[in-house]
Amino acid sequence: MKRSPPLPAQHVRGGNIVISTPPLLGRSHQESMAMTSHRQPKRRRFSPAPASPPLDLLADELLFLVLDRVAAADPRALKSFALASRACHAAESRHRRVLRPLRAELLPAALARYPSATSLDLSLCARVTDAALSAVSAASPSNLRAVDLSRSSGFGAAGLAALSKASPDLVDLDLSNGVDLGDVAAAEVGRVRRLQRLSLSRCKPLTDMGLGCVAVGCPDLRELSLKWCLGLTDLGLKLLAHKCKKLRTLDLSYVMISKNSFPAIMKLPNLEVLTLVGCTGIDDDALGSLEKDCNKTLQVLDISHCQNATEAGVSSIVKSIPNLSELNLSYCCPITPSMVSSFHRIPNLQILKLEGCKFMADGLKSIGRSCGSVRELSLSKCSGVTDAELSFVVSRLNNLLKLDITCCRNITDVSIASITSSCTSLTSLRMESCAHVSSEGLRLIGKHCCHLEELDLTDNDLDDEGLKAIARCSKLSSLKVGICLKISDEGLTHIGKACPELRDIDLYRCGGISDDGVTQLAQGCTKLESINLSYCTDITDRSLMALSKCAKLNTLEIRGCPRVSSCGIAEVAMGCRLLSKLDIKKCFEINDVGMLYISQFSHSLRQINLSYCSVTDIGLLSLSSICGLQNMTIIHLAGITPNGLIAALMVCGGLTKVKLNAAFKSMMPPHMLRNVEARGCVFQWINKPYKVELEPCDVWKQQSRDVLVR
Amino acid sequence: MDSNQNNSRGQSANLSSNPLYYQFGSDNPLLSMGMQQPFHPFTSPFGASSSTNIPQMDWNPGTMLDNLSFIEEKIRQVKDVIRTMVDNGGQLTYRPGELGQQQQAVNADLTCLIVQLISTAGSLLPSLKNSSFLSHPPAGHMEMANHVGSSSSMVPNTAAHSEDNNEDLCSPEDYEELFKGFTDGAVEDTEIENVLVEEQDTKDGDEGGDAGMDGDNLPPGSYELLQLERDEILAPHTHFCSICGKGFKRDANLRMHMRGHGDEYKSPAALAKPPRDASAEHAPVKRYSCPFIGCKRNKLHKNFQPLKTILCVKNHYKRSHCEKSHTCSRCHTKKFSVMADLKTHEKHCGRDKWLCSCGTSFSRKDKLFAHVALFQGHTPALPSDEPKDSSDQVGLPGSHQEPAKLASSVGSFMWGNSSGDDSALDVKGLDSCSDDFLSTANFGSFNFSFGQLDEFVYAVPSRSIEAGSGMPATASEHEASLTDWSIC
Repeated sequence: MKRSPPLPAQHVRGGNIVISTPPLLGRSHQESMAMTSHRQPKRRRFSPAPASPPLDLLADELLFLVLDRVAAADPRALKSFALASRACHAAESRHRRVLRPLRAELLPAALARYPSATSLDLSLCARVTDAALSAVSAASPSNLRAVDLSRSSGFGAAGLAALSKASPDLVDLDLSNGVDLGDVAAAEVGRVRRLQRLSLSRCKPLTDMGLGCVAVGCPDLRELSLKWCLGLTDLGLKLLAHKCKKLRTLDLSYVMISKNSFPAIMKLPNLEVLTLVGCTGIDDDALGSLEKDCNKTLQVLDISHCQNATEAGVSSIVKSIPNLSELNLSYCCPITPSMVSSFHRIPNLQILKLEGCKFMADGLKSIGRSCGSVRELSLSKCSGVTDAELSFVVSRLNNLLKLDITCCRNITDVSIASITSSCTSLTSLRMESCAHVSSEGLRLIGKHCCHLEELDLTDNDLDDEGLKAIARCSKLSSLKVGICLKISDEGLTHIGKACPELRDIDLYRCGGISDDGVTQLAQGCTKLESINLSYCTDITDRSLMALSKCAKLNTLEIRGCPRVSSCGIAEVAMGCRLLSKLDIKKCFEINDVGMLYISQFSHSLRQINLSYCSVTDIGLLSLSSICGLQNMTIIHLAGITPNGLIAALMVCGGLTKVKLNAAFKSMMPPHMLRNVEARGCVFQWINKPYKVELEPCDVWKQQSRDVLVR
Repeated sequence: MDSNQNNSRGQSANLSSNPLYYQFGSDNPLLSMGMQQPFHPFTSPFGASSSTNIPQMDWNPGTMLDNLSFIEEKIRQVKDVIRTMVDNGGQLTYRPGELGQQQQAVNADLTCLIVQLISTAGSLLPSLKNSSFLSHPPAGHMEMANHVGSSSSMVPNTAAHSEDNNEDLCSPEDYEELFKGFTDGAVEDTEIENVLVEEQDTKDGDEGGDAGMDGDNLPPGSYELLQLERDEILAPHTHFCSICGKGFKRDANLRMHMRGHGDEYKSPAALAKPPRDASAEHAPVKRYSCPFIGCKRNKLHKNFQPLKTILCVKNHYKRSHCEKSHTCSRCHTKKFSVMADLKTHEKHCGRDKWLCSCGTSFSRKDKLFAHVALFQGHTPALPSDEPKDSSDQVGLPGSHQEPAKLASSVGSFMWGNSSGDDSALDVKGLDSCSDDFLSTANFGSFNFSFGQLDEFVYAVPSRSIEAGSGMPATASEHEASLTDWSIC
């Protein structure tokens, strides 16, 4: 598709017309040939048959192989493939396993067309009614194994009953965010005997009764999330532990678990991952209530934000879980040397997360002594991290692959020097806002750690020399250098030339860069998927033209780039067909023309921020033709009228979240708003002052520093 | 206080007014203020000190009058003291310390008055009477009887039942006439009283049921064994003679009956609670036998376990050997022979909302979860929102009709199973056949549950769901919809 630049629009439009106009429904040979010839360059690679014989002659198996390759290259191409010929259509129908409908109302048709679909992803349907779900049962024997309803609302126990009845083989069910789902719904879930993976997170009305139904009804459960199920008590959890012995992964975050049921949970014979974020009932009593070597299978334990756990509790729990490999104690309790020294009982510990912890004297040092096997250490936002202790730790942890020292504001070049000299195999280093580290210190990173794949130097003193050094990391995939005011096009050119694997780059408020740098970057890093150029005020359409060559780009943030116009957006829309997230706030020049291009080409768009643009009702209406659009922010748009807005909202059926000027609330007919809300859309009424001027990056950075000092 | 101690038992008839004399006689109000002790007994009327003769608080009109005049007198004294304080206050002859003492004394006096008032008023309440009943030693004996005085409600139970006694004594009805004026106000409502007494009976019954296990298992022969006959047990009496065991509906009748046992029972003081420590060791312990032949509580049974009190006898006999005539007005299924059991049940009836899929209901969630944990395939069942009768018919996708159906089919069985889980419901088991109950009845019930379970499991797939109604699935829509596929 990208190889046929002149008429992509016609191609897509043609695809739509195929359905709506009778002549093409017959699929005359000529038409199908036209389609196949269009796909010719791609197909020739995999299929021995040239364009001339129809694909109908190929065996299903071969067609399936072709399909797999096509899908791997560009998922959207499947649609074109299905429209190529009758055989292709049939093959595609038979071969598709994953369904992700845009509207739940289409489920019956979808299931009828794709009989072998095993996975139903309803995450694009904000509202799924009971009737829609019961369509699953109306469809002849359903092979569904996985259903994702995590982003949907509007269904209840009746729909789940129909689903469970129609899909007895269901293995994976995601009901997260079903804030209205309670015990009755859970009882229906309990009828799916073979369920292995279930998420009920944020099903707040759920109580022990519902959990009991699930526990009894689904004995094969291996993975269960009960996060934020505030109605659960120890009784239900005990029953769960008693009935579902196969559980491997259990998420009980923010659940009122206490020492009464904690031992039962810990004694689950197959438990590998236990998440207990923010469980206030997990205190020293609970943690200490287990005997030694109680659970030999547990590998991951997360007790972050458990405010009532202290040093004593942590020291005693590690005795019971000798095979632990990942421990998360973030925001939990102060780290003392005695607590850390108890970690010698978990010799396989590989991942240690201590975000937001307070380190007592020598606490950090003892990590170096007791946790020699740690490969991943997170000290983000910790207090009490000093140069001396951090240097000691990294000198002992030779296997360290990932290190997070975000906001450890006391460390200096000394630490960086020891990190770079000791941990040369680091693949990830995150050190946002380490203000005392100098440009010279940052150069060491690139010099010594050339295996880095992920690097976060946001808000540091990085300069072009540093970037040049970083360019040695040829496997770099994610680079965040936002608020680094010293970097310029020269540095970016180094990155563009040397880091072909780069997928994600953050240049937020890098005031020193301009079109040349971005062009070099886009030319070198063709795999780029996400770029943030917000408040890089020198950026113009030239940069976007260069970026339009990055076909995989799905996220583009150019907020506060006033020199970008609709031309640039049009280029990006045509070149980056996978674009799903676009932020053009305060790009004052962008108008309806840009939106027309977006609506024409960016069919994958899910999220857009249009605030302060020059877009009017026309642009908004054309945008609303994008079926999958979920998220819109429309604040301070001078050209928008209430009527145009409501028309756009009514047309755009898949919206889940819209941010609007509070002033519009009174101007729009309430019944219209209710109508939109009934489809699953949530309105946020924003009342921010109108502010056009953009501060220079250095002023902004100084302001943020001042806040810190205060 | 001293004067109280000097009182001998023989004089006790007028003793209730003695403290008054003492107080009254003292010229100096301050002196009397210092002597708070005489009032002390009021705060602990059953304090079991032999020397304190308590102005009786029970509903004896004479005593009541005495008490009231005592209170009156007391108020006058306090007034006097305060008046002197007011007089002296002008002259400032008292030192500050003295003034403080006086204030304290007045305070204490007022407190004493309040206590006295409350306890006097309290004697009118049947519940208070009954609690005093309970605080008594379970069985009376001869020495005790000597001390037994004015409080007829406190007469311990005896069951030396003989036909002769009936003839010796006046029939209760004769006295009823005499005391009508007095008794009507207080204990007219026998039904209320019955209820209250019987509620305590339940507890007593439990005690009796535990008798075999709690170490109070006396060797045979170490106690006096009594066996009341059926008619006597089932008579609606609440007051029993400690000597002959005869029962009375009204306390006043019992008191008049007691006079027939001799002069020593005529004085109110003699009816006061006898000191326990003084008499306990001399008393031959009494135990009771159930008249039902073959019952474990019958003296002929080889593993005979006696009942502790007469109340135990009554409750045991009714529960184990009588028809259950009281039906719950809410569920119309559960029946009880003891009124108090019914009342207790009715408090909880309908609140057994913790249902299992097998039809068993529980009053407590933890019991349900223990049950569910125990049995394979049993599931907590949610109470249906709709009324049960309607949901039985309609084939709603919501699934809760089976438990409801099962519950009704399980019927009488249900409570055999659930009686073990709540003290309110185990009225049947514990006195007589607790062992049997646990071993056989429950076991049977579990078997039954399994039977129900099978039915339940097979019933599930057969339910019809009218889910597809209203689905837009026409062919044209089908075709048109294909465009909207997101191909991701």
